[in-house]
Formats: sequence, structure tokens, C-alpha cells
Amino acid sequence: MIHLEGIRRDFRLGEQTVHALAGIDLDIAAGEYVSIMGPSGSGKSTLLNVVALLDRPDAGSYAFDGVDVTAFDDDALARVRRENIGFVFQFFHLIPRLTAFQNVEVPLVLASVPVAERRERVNEALASLDLSSRAHHRPNELSGGQRQRVAIARATIMRPKVLLADEPTGNLDSVSGRQVIEIIENLNAANGVTLIVVTHDSAMGSRASRQLRLVDGRIDSDQRR
Amino acid sequence: MKAGDLIGFAGGAISAHRLRSGLTILGITVGIASVVLLTSIGEGVRQFVMSEFTQFGTNIIAVVPGKSNTFGTSAATINTVRPLTIDDAQSLRRLPNVLAVVPTIQGNANVEFEGRQRRAMVFGVTHDMPVVWKMDVRSGQFLPDGDFTTGRSVAVLGAKMREELFGADNPLGARIRVGGERFQVLGVMESKGQMLGFDLDDTLFLPVAKAVELFDQEGMMEIDIVYAADADVAQIVDTVKRRMMQRHGAEDVTITTQDEMLEVLNSVLNVLTLGIGALGGISLLVGAVGILTIMTIAVTERTAEIGLLRAIGARRAHILGLFLAEAVGLGALGGIIGCIGAVGVVEAIAFLVPAMPVRTAWIYVLASLLLATLIGLASGIAPALRAARMLPLEALRAE
Ligand SMILES: Nc1ncnc2c1ncn2[C@@H]1O[C@H](COP(=O)(O)OP(=O)(O)O)[C@@H](O)[C@H]1O
Ligand SMILES: [Mg+2]
Repeated sequence: MIHLEGIRRDFRLGEQTVHALAGIDLDIAAGEYVSIMGPSGSGKSTLLNVVALLDRPDAGSYAFDGVDVTAFDDDALARVRRENIGFVFQFFHLIPRLTAFQNVEVPLVLASVPVAERRERVNEALASLDLSSRAHHRPNELSGGQRQRVAIARATIMRPKVLLADEPTGNLDSVSGRQVIEIIENLNAANGVTLIVVTHDSAMGSRASRQLRLVDGRIDSDQRR
Repeated sequence: MKAGDLIGFAGGAISAHRLRSGLTILGITVGIASVVLLTSIGEGVRQFVMSEFTQFGTNIIAVVPGKSNTFGTSAATINTVRPLTIDDAQSLRRLPNVLAVVPTIQGNANVEFEGRQRRAMVFGVTHDMPVVWKMDVRSGQFLPDGDFTTGRSVAVLGAKMREELFGADNPLGARIRVGGERFQVLGVMESKGQMLGFDLDDTLFLPVAKAVELFDQEGMMEIDIVYAADADVAQIVDTVKRRMMQRHGAEDVTITTQDEMLEVLNSVLNVLTLGIGALGGISLLVGAVGILTIMTIAVTERTAEIGLLRAIGARRAHILGLFLAEAVGLGALGGIIGCIGAVGVVEAIAFLVPAMPVRTAWIYVLASLLLATLIGLASGIAPALRAARMLPLEALRAE
């Protein structure tokens, strides 16, 4: 599903160059559950952004679902993101003026899905995440856990093949964090969605069937359970 | 993304900031309303003036002394101009296709009947004057036909003049004094009302030869020629011009057809309307700056939202479209409200005070709606482009 070869990503900060990713080779098969751990600044987020096609590597090649996307232009990347990749952020990134329903609906709107089908799919997604009663509330009327569940509904509404999550529980209390993790793990277990989770919480990371550890922009260990 | 969703999304963004959007829209509203109001006044004045002038008959050519290429006489040539005389009129009368000729001389005189006096406008004209001025005789008859150079001592009264001098009495056959000379009343005209401030009813009509004696002045103010409806105007203008050159030895008259006169007047008034419309347009500039400012702020505020939209698969064109739609929405809403308000005011005035020369200039209403939309579009381009050019990841990090 994901095939990375010699991926490098450098950031220039004044005189200094930070090698955020210093040569990553990685294969992730469809349906895998991978956690990425490592110390702060080791390149976890940068790697996830490259995988999410939000960031372009400075060197190396990337094949997504068998297609080399390294040279794709902006609009082509947007299309791959829209149709194949769901992303859950640490800070939720909901649009404040839109209701829960409308936030979940946005990807369908961008993809020109007909209104009736949109309503059906969004309601279904909200119901499965126990959010039906919150459908017409704005983000500021929701708890952190509810917000992250809305974000998950939005990330999965297009039925992506890959779900990426960068510290999805980083801003949540332990109870709602656990709930969120169970939801996305269930998407992997029940629907076969390829799941990649970045976390600094080793308890959470160890739940994954495959655990990557990054240090200084390199893969330090790659363990399977 | 569908057009309806685009509009819905942009509308949601506009209504999320009611006060700020409202003020921005108000800027455009004021500008558009002033354009519509001012052009409606211009259009009202144009229609008013045009209707005043089209009260007169068609198929008419006016000959006035002095050569000039547009309206009016030029002062430089006035000295070499020979006066237009009754004889000139008499001569023009014999040209082919000419149905009637009305030489006109105008002055003021004291009109007196049994001790009642009135200072009034006196016109020296001929039998065919009612055709040219589209006036009707109410009672009695108008001046008799015949040789222009001799006239009987008869007079025809304007409606108001009759009222003032005779009250309820029958004026026909009565003898009045004009400038010391005695005239017999032959008829009374129908009321014609005001024309550009002149009361056409407070008048007296005398045979032109008598008026020349009365004012002791030979020159006509104007000679009007009525020509056959099926005749070629240009050809008639040409024969009139040649006849006048023969008689005066030089081209010292100005010949204006009714069509020309109306055309020139109409275009002058149209330019006037356009001019004051443009004046109102200046206030639109303020509105445009308002939209530009608000959209720039909105793009900065919503950087994270832009990043999110891009992350979940919005293309640059989507972002561009969303912000442009928002700017166009602000402009168009301002335009619609401004037009409704201004048209309401204009129509209310036109209904309540029909005498006021204001008429909705619909073409300008449509044009200003379009203009408001274009202003929104133009003001939105720079901020929307900035939004569309943002890199998804960097935009996401803002917050
Ligand atoms: N946009 C950026 N500009 C400059 N340096 C960056 C940028 N993004 C990441 N870095 C640097 O790259 C390294 C890896 O960052 P990141 O992937 O965010 O680490 P992690 O998520 O593992 O904490 C860090 O040293 C960070 O400072
Ligand atoms: Mg990170």
C-alpha cells in the first residue's frame, strides 16, 4: 500500500540544516496497523506528512497503492488525498462556524457527492460514532473527545484506504483518548483500513501489530507483534 | 464542488460575521444607492425636458438668424447677420413641399380691457401657428390666413389672459388695447400649460406684421417651416438654405430640424446622467476598499481552515472559488440592497410627488447591480489568490 524508498526531508533554519528524515525505506501493506514512536523532534510528524502527501520529500521516491506519486502535481495530490487518505490531527482542525454534521460533510461536498447521499452517509457516520445528538452543534459546544470523533468521522467519510493519525489523543483526557483509539483500531480491524498512528505514549504504541521507532530521522527499530 | 455548495459555503462564511459583513455590504449599498438615485434624477430630468420639447409638431424645420454649427448663435458672427424678415418668410412659403410657414416675433406689451391691465408676452405669428405649436383654439378662431406683410388689427388670447381680462364674460368680438392700439378679439386658445418655466397661457397672439409695428423691430426670432410628411428632410433643408443665401447673399442663418434638435438635446442630457452617475460611482470605491480589507483579514484569520480544506483534498481552484464567491457575495448583496432601497425611494417620490422629475433609470439599476458584482470580484481577487497559493502544511500549522 505504501512504499517509501530513500526518503529525505531537510529543513533549513538559518545557517543550519535539520535532517528531519535522513533516508527512510519503508513498506506498509494494506490492512496493517502501524504505530510510530520516538523522541520529540525525531521526525515522526514529518514522516506522517510525507505519507499523507501533505509534504514533499527532498529526495527518494514514494509509491502509493502501486502508483508512483513522487512527481504528481498539486491538484493530483489533492485528489489522492481526497479519495484515499484520511487524516486525524492532534488539534482536531474542525471549522468553527460549521456544525458537526457540516464538518463531516465537507469532503463529500468537495467531491460533488449528491445531497441526498451526503445526508445519508454523514448521519450514518455520526451514528456509528455516537454523535447523532450532537449533529447540529458547533465545535465550541462539543467536548474534546466529541470533537476528535467528529474529526474521525470526517477523515473516514470518503472511505479511505489509509487512515493516518498524528498524536490523536494528545489533547484528550485518558478516557476519551482510549475511546478514540478504540474507534480507529476498530476501523482497522473491522474494515481493513490501513492504520498508521504517531504517538509518544508507549502503552498506546504497543497496541499496534507493527511498531516503528524513529531516532534522528531514521528508522531505529521495526518490530512486529 | 457544485455551484450551489460553493454559494452555500461562502454564504455561511459571510453570515458567520454578521456585523462586519453588514458594514462591508453597507459600503457598497451606499455607493450603489447613490448611483441609482442620481441617475434616476438625471433620467427624470431627461424625460421631463424631452416631453416638454416633443409637445411641438414633427415635420418642422426652424430657421433662426446667425450661423452656428450647433444650437444657438455664435456671438462673433452676429454683427454681419441680416435680420430674418417677414419677406424672407413669405419667400420660403413658395418653396416646393412647404405646407406652412410661421414667422415668429416675440415681445412684451401692456394689454388693456375696460381698465383692467396686464403685462404679457405677445407673439407675432401667422395663421398656421397652432399646427407648429400643437395648440388648439377653444372658441372663436385663430388669426386669418393671407399675406404676411399686411395684418388686420385682430388678436387671439391665451387661456389665462382671457381669464384675467374677461373673467366670466364672453371676450369674442371685444376690443382690447395693446400698446396703445386697438385690437378686436378673434378667438381664445386651449390651455397649454407651462413649458420650461414659461406660462404659454399668459400670452397674446397678433398678426406678425402688426407685432413688427408694435415692437418697431423688423427681425424675426425664428421662422418655422412645416413640410410635407413624405418629403425628404435633407432636400428641404437644402432648398431653404439656398433660398436664404440668395436673399441674404451669405449663409447667415441656422437651420435645425426637429429630429436634430431632439437628438442633440437627448444626447446632452444622457451625458449629464452618465456624469452624475459616475460621481455616485466614486463612493463605490470606498465600498471596494472595504471588501478588499475584510477579505484580506478573512484569509489571514482562516489560514488553518484553508490548510485543513487542502489537506482533505480541496484543490487550489476550490479555495480560490470559495473566497471569490465570498467577495462577490458581499458586493452583490450590497448592490441588491442598494438598488431595492434606491428604486423604492425613487418610485415613492414619483408616486407621491408626480411633479418631481425623478424616474427610475432601469438601465442604470441593472448596470449598477453588475458593477457591484464586478467590484466584489475585483476586490476579492488578490486575497483569494493569496489563499489559493498557501501550502497546505504551512497553513495547517497557523493557529
Ligand atoms: N516546517 C519546519 N521548519 C523547520 N524545521 C522543521 C519543520 N518541521 C519540522 N522541523 C524540524 O524537523 C525535525 C522533526 O520534526 P517533527 O517531524 O515535527 O518531529 P516529531 O513529530 O517527531 O516531534 C525537528 O527538529 C523540527 O524542528
Ligand atoms: Mg510531532
